[in-house]
This record gives sequence, C-alpha cells and structure tokens, in this order.
Amino acid sequence: MTQYADTYELVVGLEIHIQLNTQSKLFAPESHVFGQLPNTQTSVVSLAYPGTLPRLNRQALVSALRLALACNCAIQPRLVFDRKNYFYPDLPKGYQISQDKEPIAQGGILHFWDSQGDIKTLPLHHFHLEEDAGKSIHPENAAESHLDFNRAGVPLIEMVTEPVIHASETALQLLYAVRRLVRFLGISDGNMEEGSLRCDANVSVRPHGSSRLGTRVEIKNLNSARNVKKAIEYEFVRQCELLAQGQHFSQETRAFDAELGRTRTLRQKESLHDYRYFPDPDLPPFLIKPDWIAAIQAEMPTLPHEWLYTLRNTYGLPASEAVTLAEEPEALRYFEEAARHTPLYAELAHWLNNELRALQKETGLLPARWPLRPKVLAELLTLVASQKVSRLIAQHQLLPQLWNNPAHSLADLIQDQHLAMEDNSAVLQNLIQEILLAWPDKVKAYKKGKKGLLGFFMGEIQKRTQGKAHPSLAQQLLAEALDSSRY
Amino acid sequence: MSQLLAYYLQNIKANHHLNAFAEVFVEEAKDQASLIDQKIARGEAGKLAGLVVGIKDLFNYAGHRMQAASKILEGYVAPYHATALERLLQADALIIGRQNCDEFGMGSANENSVYGPVHNPLNPLHSAGGSSGGSAAAVAAQMCQLSLASDTGGSVRQPAAFCGLLGLKPGYGRISRHGLTAYASSFDCVGLIGQYPEDLAQVLEVIAGPDEWDSTASPYPLAAYTGKLSSVSSKKIAFFEEILDNGEGLQPEVKDAFLAKIAQLEEQGYQVEGIKFPLLPFLLPVYYLLTTAEASSNLARYDGIRYGFRSELQQAELLDGLYKKTRAEGFGKEVKRRLILGTFVLSANYFDAYYQKAQKVRRQIREATQQVLRHYDFIISPTTPSTAFELGKPRQNPVEMYLEDIFTVQANVTGIPAISLPIAYDARGLPIGLQVMANFEKEYELLAFAKEQLEDKKN
Repeated sequence: MTQYADTYELVVGLEIHIQLNTQSKLFAPESHVFGQLPNTQTSVVSLAYPGTLPRLNRQALVSALRLALACNCAIQPRLVFDRKNYFYPDLPKGYQISQDKEPIAQGGILHFWDSQGDIKTLPLHHFHLEEDAGKSIHPENAAESHLDFNRAGVPLIEMVTEPVIHASETALQLLYAVRRLVRFLGISDGNMEEGSLRCDANVSVRPHGSSRLGTRVEIKNLNSARNVKKAIEYEFVRQCELLAQGQHFSQETRAFDAELGRTRTLRQKESLHDYRYFPDPDLPPFLIKPDWIAAIQAEMPTLPHEWLYTLRNTYGLPASEAVTLAEEPEALRYFEEAARHTPLYAELAHWLNNELRALQKETGLLPARWPLRPKVLAELLTLVASQKVSRLIAQHQLLPQLWNNPAHSLADLIQDQHLAMEDNSAVLQNLIQEILLAWPDKVKAYKKGKKGLLGFFMGEIQKRTQGKAHPSLAQQLLAEALDSSRY
Repeated sequence: MSQLLAYYLQNIKANHHLNAFAEVFVEEAKDQASLIDQKIARGEAGKLAGLVVGIKDLFNYAGHRMQAASKILEGYVAPYHATALERLLQADALIIGRQNCDEFGMGSANENSVYGPVHNPLNPLHSAGGSSGGSAAAVAAQMCQLSLASDTGGSVRQPAAFCGLLGLKPGYGRISRHGLTAYASSFDCVGLIGQYPEDLAQVLEVIAGPDEWDSTASPYPLAAYTGKLSSVSSKKIAFFEEILDNGEGLQPEVKDAFLAKIAQLEEQGYQVEGIKFPLLPFLLPVYYLLTTAEASSNLARYDGIRYGFRSELQQAELLDGLYKKTRAEGFGKEVKRRLILGTFVLSANYFDAYYQKAQKVRRQIREATQQVLRHYDFIISPTTPSTAFELGKPRQNPVEMYLEDIFTVQANVTGIPAISLPIAYDARGLPIGLQVMANFEKEYELLAFAKEQLEDKKN
C-alpha cells in the first residue's frame, strides 16, 4: 500500500446494512431470529402468496428514527416506499420494498474515534429503510439450489456515507462505530458474523490533489470489519497498479475472497439493472408527526461519543480506559453508578475493564447481570486507596468472594477472615525485628550500602503477613530499624 | 337452506354450458347448508344465513384451489381466507363455488381464461362480459344469489350490464383487498353482483370496513345498514355531453336508451344537466398506463418457484430459462401483453414520459371529478358503449377491446363508488346498463337510487 500512497489518494464510501432487531418483519407479521431451521420463519405475506399485502412495522420505523436522531439527519416527514423490481429466486415478490428518491433520513454525521480515542466525524449521504431478501444456498456438487426465506422481509437500514474516507483504518473504525451505535440505541445486535451488520465498500483512487473521483469499484461480500479493511487495501493497490501502468478499467462490482485476500469481478457495469422503481401502491404515504419524533427524542440514550467525551473530560479517564469502557452501554451504566460512590474514576475504570471483565469471561455474565453491586465495588476500591485493604487481597480474595456471594458484607468478610491491612506499628516492629534477626548477613550488606535489599525485606514482611502489611508504614518502620544501631 | 342450495345446484347443472363456474363446492356446500340450518333452528344464525354466494376465481379461500383463471396458478391451494370472504363466512353466507373470469381480471369479454369463455345466459352466443363474466352469468342464470367479484376498470359493472344485473364497485378501500389476487393495486376494488339492491347493501355492510391486513383499506367503518334503502334525497345529476357527441362506438340503441332514461329522470323530478368534461379522452390512456405498470410488478411473484405452475426444465437450463419458460407458458396472451406494456412504462428511459405523466393526469382527473361532484349528486352514463358482443368475433387490435371500458374506468382512476343497473334492452333482447357514480362513502345512496329506478321500471 505504501508504495503508491505518495502518488495516489484512496477514496472510499461505505454502504452499511443494518438488520433491525424488531419483533416482526418490516411488512409481515412473523418473527425473525437468527439461526432457526430454514423456512420456519415465514408467512403468506413474506412468501408473496397471491392477494397478500404489506403492513408497515411501526417498531422498525421507531428504530430508524432513533438512528436518524442519533446521526442528526434530516427526517423525511412523509414516508414513501418504492418497489425495486428484479427477478431472483430469493426475492419472493419479484420486487423489494425499499426507498428510492425520498429516504427516511438524509445527511447527518457519524461520530467515531481513532485508536488514540480522539473523536472524529464523517458525513452521511442518507440512509433508508428496506426489507431484506431470502437466502440462496448452492450446495457443492448439487444439481439444485436451495432457498431459505427466513430472512426475507427482515427490516434493514441501508446507510450510505459520503465518499470521503481516505484510509482503510478509518473504514474499520467507522464500522466499529456503527456497531457500537446500533447497540447503544438497542436497534440491532450489530453482529457481522451473523449478517446483522453487512458492508459494501465503494473504492476508487485518484492522484493526490485531483478533485475528480476515479472509476468506482463496488466490493461486496464483506462479512467482517477486518475484511473491509483488507479488501480496501487490496483494491487500492490493484487500482494503483493499473493506473500506474496506464490502464483504464471500468466501473464494476467485485467480490472479496477472504481466504485468498483478493477481490474478483462479480459483474460489469453494462449489466447494471433497470430496477423500475415506482411508489408501492399497497402502502399509502406514512406521515411522521413532529410530536412523535419529539417523544422518541425524549427517550434517546447517551450516545457512545457523548460517553467517551464524558469519560475523558468529566471523569478524566486515560484514553485507553475510556475507549474500552465506551464500548458497551451496560458497562457504562455500571461505571456511572459506581462513580456516584467514589471519585477514584480511573481506578474504577481499570477494575471494570480488567478484573470484572475477567470474572465476566469466567462466569459468562453480562454487565447487566453482574452480581457485584457497583456501590460495593466502589467501597472496595476506597478501602484499597486508603490502604485499609491491600490491592492483592482485594483483587484475589475479596472480589471473587463478593462476586460469587453478593449477600456477603464487605466489612464482615474483612473482619471474619482477618483481611484488613496490618497498620499496628508495634506488631509490624516485632515482625521486622524477627526478620532482621533471621538475616544478619543481609542486614550487614545493606549497611554497607546495598540499599536494594530494602525490597527483599519488604517482600519478607508481606510474605509473613500474607500481603496485609501496610506498605508505606512497614517501609518506614523497616527503614528506621535498619538505620538504627541496634543491628 | 338445503332446499335453496339444491335449487342453485340444479341450475348450475342445467347451465353447465355457460361455463360460469371453475369449480362447484357441491359436498362442502351441502354440509355447510345443514350446519346453517341447525344454526337457524337454534336462532344463532348470522346476518347472511340463507345467502348463497359465488366467488370470482381471484379470492383466497383457505383449503380451496384458486387459479385466477391462469395456467400459472395451476395446483395452487389457498392457505388463508381473503378478508371479504372471511367476513361472509362469519355471517353464515354459503359459498357455492368459484367462478370463471378473465385471467387475473384482465379482459372485458371473459375470453382470456384458462377455462374458456363464459356465455351470456340471455344469449349464449354473446359474452357475459368481463372480467367477472362467470360471476354475472351465475347470478343471471340463478346459479347463486350474489357474486363476490372485483372491479379494476369496470369488471363488475360491465358484466352486470351485459347480464341485466346490479353491479356495485364500492369506493376504493371500502372493502379490504387482502386475499384478492392483485391486478393493479391502486385500482382494484372488491365488488358485488346481484339482482336486488337490498342484498348488495346487506353484504356490503358485512364485508366493508377497516382491515389490519390492508393498509389501503379505509380506516372509517361503513355506516350500519338500516335494513331499508331510504328514498333518494339527491336530486342533481350530471352527464358528460362529450359521450353523446362522439357517435362512433356508441351503439345507437344504447344512446337512445340513455336519452330516454334522462327524460324519465327529469319526469321524476331530477335535475339532469349535460356538462363538459374535457379530460375524458385521457381516462383510458391513464388507466392502461398505470394499471399495466402496477400489474407488471404485482405479477412478478409468479415465477414458478414457491407455488403454482413451473415449466419442465432440461437439466442444464439456467435460472433465466426457468423464469422465461414458466412465465411464457403460464401466462395468457393478454396478460403478457399488459406485463410487457407495464414493464416498458416503468423502464428508466420512459418513466417520466409515461408513468409520471399519467400520475399527474390522474390527479387532475380526480380533482376535476371532485369538482363535478361538488355540484351534482350523481354522474350518469351508459355503463358500456354497446350491449354484450358476440363471442369469438375476431378483433382488429386490443385497443378496440380497451375502448369497452371507456365509461367505467373513471370510477377506478378516481376511486369513487359506482353502480350499474339495467334500464332497457336492445332489439336482440340484450340488456343495457346505466352507470351511476357518486362521491366517496355514498354506496348506500347509489343502492337507494338503483332501487328506486328498478321499482319505477316495474310499475
């Protein structure tokens, strides 16, 4: 990629398909859950039996409006659906109900952030609402193809960015941002592996400084964010090589082969369809009233980039912790609740991102079901910070017990199991005396100037107290003892 | 009930040559009749108990075949009830069979049917009209009391006129289209053919009204039918002068009957005025451009994949072959003609010139029609330019047949309700129909007017 980067500029626009997690399909009554047996989630409507008619799912509309508000798009007040006509076996009606000239949302911006946690924006062209097609399955070596209509009619949002992406890494970050956003909004599970988030990339290159767009190639079949990045990188080099050799190429659609890491021609522009769009006469225009939008606006959650901003600026978290935390609304709610009980925000974020995530992995419990109450975590961290409990004890003994048995009281646990920090000077002095008497050679060496041995003695102290010795007090008493003339 | 059914079944047998029914549900109807008899005896019968209804072969009736008179739906068994049909069943109407029609409702002579043409009971050499030819012939020959049919450009009114019956096309959206096999979505209306205005009113009341399965169904319920069609209070009637001017096409006897009817109405105290309607020449072009456009998309679902007819394929044939062969063999000539025209109308290069322009003119026609209806209660015309034509007569071109719809399409282009009622007979004894249009929600007024005129004729 680098060899051409000085000469050519990459220009990418993304088309992102988002499957909405509504109860029923966009125009049909049945549910749509991923991974069911083929053709078990269908109805006469989605199978296009004669005489069946579409009925708009309001919930899908609300989802689209939430996304439009989140991205600051201009909302189409009078919603019209168009028929996109083409023949394909997995398209039961022979047309897809979509939106052509008047998409539900126009313009707007998408917030995302880079690897440094710096918030950026990208302009959107529009997004529209449409129904998904079924699936054609072509078993190898079989004479016939199979059709699964479970997906036919599932509500889909197609989001189109402006072609202003100039780095493959940005495309990746944008996809992550969309996935995060739809999850925060609760409108899709955003799962690329299951196809609820899909992406096509329009890629072209041009000499730096040129304002004209180069010949555009559309890449399909991108089923992971990583593949989007890889495909763009491959395509950049391929197009640059052709241009460098003085070759022209035509507009076409290409597929990305993830195994080979290459794109290949799917169809040329000549065979582009005439989709014969026209307004669907079965669906009267739907008026979106301002008070309805206002009601949806009132229910909007805090968005990922708003969270990131708050985490970094209000809570002062370091970028790495803030970015990790801002991935998931449930974890953020947990953080926010815990932060009401302690000002140790960075500590809190660190524990959440590391210790609690580790426990999540072990137990399979998502943040909303974490057994440890946020307030108790805050208390625990406060005890660690004020050196009432050592970090190691807190992490390895108290936290697991509190997680596994949330009924435990933190104070009782510490008391019953003698887990409090040892900060009694007399006790520590006795201990230090024992240790120093046991290691006269090392004491001698220390006195001769081998000051590094302080760490060894501290280690011995913690070993004998099972890590409960108050570190600074112990260190101070140790230093005093060593510096005295008694030994 | 069982005796009544036997009467109709007897007539169906005797009139087999008319080819009105595609299928008669003999045994099922008999069972149904005895069940309804029991309900009547217990005093639990629904509003329509005793009514024997035939359905056009476009309505889904769960567990029954439905073919839209097309080869392409060969073997299709409906898995659900059309809303109108379901409401009939709930009210204890008895469904006696499904009726021959033009393929997907496209035609004016009932000659475009996989079952062959329907013959007019009044003269079997003549057409019963179309597309609901079977539905009209069945009522006219006493094979059922009433038919549930559909009207996209006159398919209920024209056959009713040809068979001397009442044909009601309610306002668009008045009756749910759910379960009615689509021809042109923004024109299709469920309609009724019968002999008595009271029958039509009663059935209309039962089957009309909002339906969650049809977003284009009117959200306003129909007023309750009081049991009698009260006398007509509307007194102002308009007709378009242009229809009398262009002599060619309008059969002289039809013109005379229409003029005589106007004179009679004036005698009855109606104020009948001839007015100009300059948009008249645009009605048919708008109708055919838009209905074919919608049809080309509506009928795309018949691809041989999920149900119905699929052409036998050679092993190596690709997907394109499956589509082409299935659709070439499955659809009849007239349907194919309209699908090709509609596909053309919607194609990118002609969309603005045809589809968009036709939509614009459609809006103008709607406004102009509303303008007329602000000053007049009814708009009248002959239902058809001629009486029932002879079957099998070769025609120069399809446009000749399209002209048959000249008076009826306005109600579909604008969505307003209209009715056809018999007013006279021509020299060959074939009936002449009068079409009456009124504004939205005036179905009862149209029926009351029809009743008044039918009674006047008797006296």
